[in-house]
Amino acid sequence: MPDSTATDRNVPYAIRAYSPDQLIEALRKMYLIRRFEEGAEDSYTRGLIHGTMHLSIGQEASAVGACMSLTDDDKITSTHRGHGHCVAKGADLGKMFAEFFGKETGYCRGRGGSMHIADVEKGNLGANGIVAGGIPIAVGAALSAKRLGTGAVTVCFFGDGANNEGAFHEALNMASIWKLPVVFVCENNRYGMSTSTERSTAVKSIADRAAAYSMPGERVDGNDFSAVTEAVDAAVARARNGDGPSLIENVTYRWRGHSKSDRNRYRTKEEIAEWQERDPIARMAAMLKEHGITDDAAVASIEKDVEQAVEAAIAFAKDSPAPRIEDATRDVYSPKVAA
Amino acid sequence: MNAQAGIEVREISYAQAIREAMDIALSEDERVILMGEDIGVYGGAFQVTGDLVDKYGTDRVMDTPISELGGAGVAVGAAMTGLRPIFEFQFSDFATLAMEQIVNQAAKVRYMLGGAVSVPLVMRFPAGSGTGAAAQHSQSLEAWLGHVPGLKVVQPATPEDAKGLLLAALDDPDPVMIFEHKLLYKMKGQVPSGRYTTPIGKAAVRREGGHVTIVATAIMVHKALDAAKALEDEGIEAEVIDLRTIRPLDGDTVLASVRKTGKLLCVYEAVKTLGIGAEVSAMVAESDAFDFLDAPIVRLGGAESPIPYNPELEKAVVPQVPDIIEAARGLAEGRT
Ligand SMILES: Cc1ncc(C[n+]2csc(CCOP(=O)(O)OP(=O)(O)O)c2C)c(N)n1
Ligand SMILES: [Mg+2]
Repeated sequence: MPDSTATDRNVPYAIRAYSPDQLIEALRKMYLIRRFEEGAEDSYTRGLIHGTMHLSIGQEASAVGACMSLTDDDKITSTHRGHGHCVAKGADLGKMFAEFFGKETGYCRGRGGSMHIADVEKGNLGANGIVAGGIPIAVGAALSAKRLGTGAVTVCFFGDGANNEGAFHEALNMASIWKLPVVFVCENNRYGMSTSTERSTAVKSIADRAAAYSMPGERVDGNDFSAVTEAVDAAVARARNGDGPSLIENVTYRWRGHSKSDRNRYRTKEEIAEWQERDPIARMAAMLKEHGITDDAAVASIEKDVEQAVEAAIAFAKDSPAPRIEDATRDVYSPKVAA
Repeated sequence: MNAQAGIEVREISYAQAIREAMDIALSEDERVILMGEDIGVYGGAFQVTGDLVDKYGTDRVMDTPISELGGAGVAVGAAMTGLRPIFEFQFSDFATLAMEQIVNQAAKVRYMLGGAVSVPLVMRFPAGSGTGAAAQHSQSLEAWLGHVPGLKVVQPATPEDAKGLLLAALDDPDPVMIFEHKLLYKMKGQVPSGRYTTPIGKAAVRREGGHVTIVATAIMVHKALDAAKALEDEGIEAEVIDLRTIRPLDGDTVLASVRKTGKLLCVYEAVKTLGIGAEVSAMVAESDAFDFLDAPIVRLGGAESPIPYNPELEKAVVPQVPDIIEAARGLAEGRT
């Protein structure tokens, strides 16, 4: 246990802010994301999934950390690299796998696939196939929350590459002039596909762009769970208080290639290995152990439990029915409302 | 095709043919630059630019940030002032982000300025479904751009045309939009080496036949040819026309065929309603060829829905070979 006389500054924010149960659940979610994506990758390699997918392995602290202080009424918008956000917001793994497998039981009834998974009931307005497509939508959700007085906050996830789209700039400006309850979370994994931020982006830190829209901007170690929660929780509290938007930049790294087709020609093996040393899950587990919240045996049992959950999810997805061909064009429009 | 003497014809892929055209253009003309997302060291999302960056450097094979509207606009401005940009969209769907510059600027600048400038711009759009990439990465939006005076819009169906139309587009003083079906990139075909051009605005008769005319675009040309082959065994001779350019349309080739067969089937992957099939049908209906029609015109196009992810649904929402066989047979046998 931490020394009870320790000053707050010696104890990481997350340990102070959350109960042991909440922290263990956060660690579990990080493992879930990792195993889920490894399972997805494996299914993909074995030809069970078609299309493409983008893995967020190595970025788990950002997804889980940013959602820590959110409730089911709060919203998120996600990206093409969105499995982690989805799990962090409380999604069901079976329905996610079913979506990968194109099944009727999937989150999008097999119509969307990996790039469009949404979980509207839990406040996840969806992954997005369009880079930066979700950013103005997040601002719209925040506008609803303000006008309707729901008290909900929207966390808007996007990548470093997205910050060069016009939609990013237009959306941040509107969020600021209308003082909307939205937190922009940039997951800066150093590349948009093959293009490094050095080659694509005029500022050194994406958080610096906040100044152009008169909102606070903060750059944090996105592989440090506690640092992420500290920054995002403060921004969420600010938004909930009616003080307007913030921009948080989580500096992280994707271990896998951009998508299925990636020869990693734009980065070195050494760079990848260096970032694997900074594994956000290992760091989270170490932090919890250091503060006496968990131990090796408990972590091993979480891992085993997660393994089984992923296996069960895959089995559910495999056994699920495919959509009917006749239904290919349903849901293009809403059902007619009776007059 | 008009080619130089001393050429050699080899079998290469559609993607290689496009790369070869760009290679020729880059080597012949200093004004030519390539712009797009991840077209440099990554080689392009579909490996079309490949290793051209190694040969011409990052000043001429330029990776843009993920900024379609701005990037397209930079290409327009560069084209107006002395460069010859070839701009690659990573997926044709992302043209939606750049519509302002394509539609309001590139297409209209020359007209609005009373002919004082031209916009010699080439844009390439990987298009179509069949890759499991779902609704935002699988669209066929060529008719959107085909609706805009000032643009020319082509859809090469073969490796030979992919190269020839790209070189023709570069020779053209006006903006030319090239829609490349993603499933064709790996298709191989006979392609002459060296420089040649394929005329913009000219359709090609891919197969002759007297019973029914099938007018198709892009990948549907190949599906129509497969269908025609199957119908041959039943004694039905289909004429297959590859439209190649949808703006300007080659009326002569289509009308001549319809006068001969008296039956018209239009096949295209884009959503059926308000698409290229409507234009071709109306062109026939408005001409003397209408008098030669022995049956109502039939259109086969994409379903009235976005492209779904599930592979079976994905196939179901665009015309397939059996659909074409059935429709052509119905027409030929007078059952429609
Ligand atoms: C408007 C648009 N342009 C391009 C793409 C193709 N694309 C998909 S993901 C991606 C890279 C995005 O980079 P970033 O925002 O940093 O997210 P990351 O993939 O690194 O998570 C690109 C170029 C797209 N989907 N949408
Ligand atoms: Mg990135």
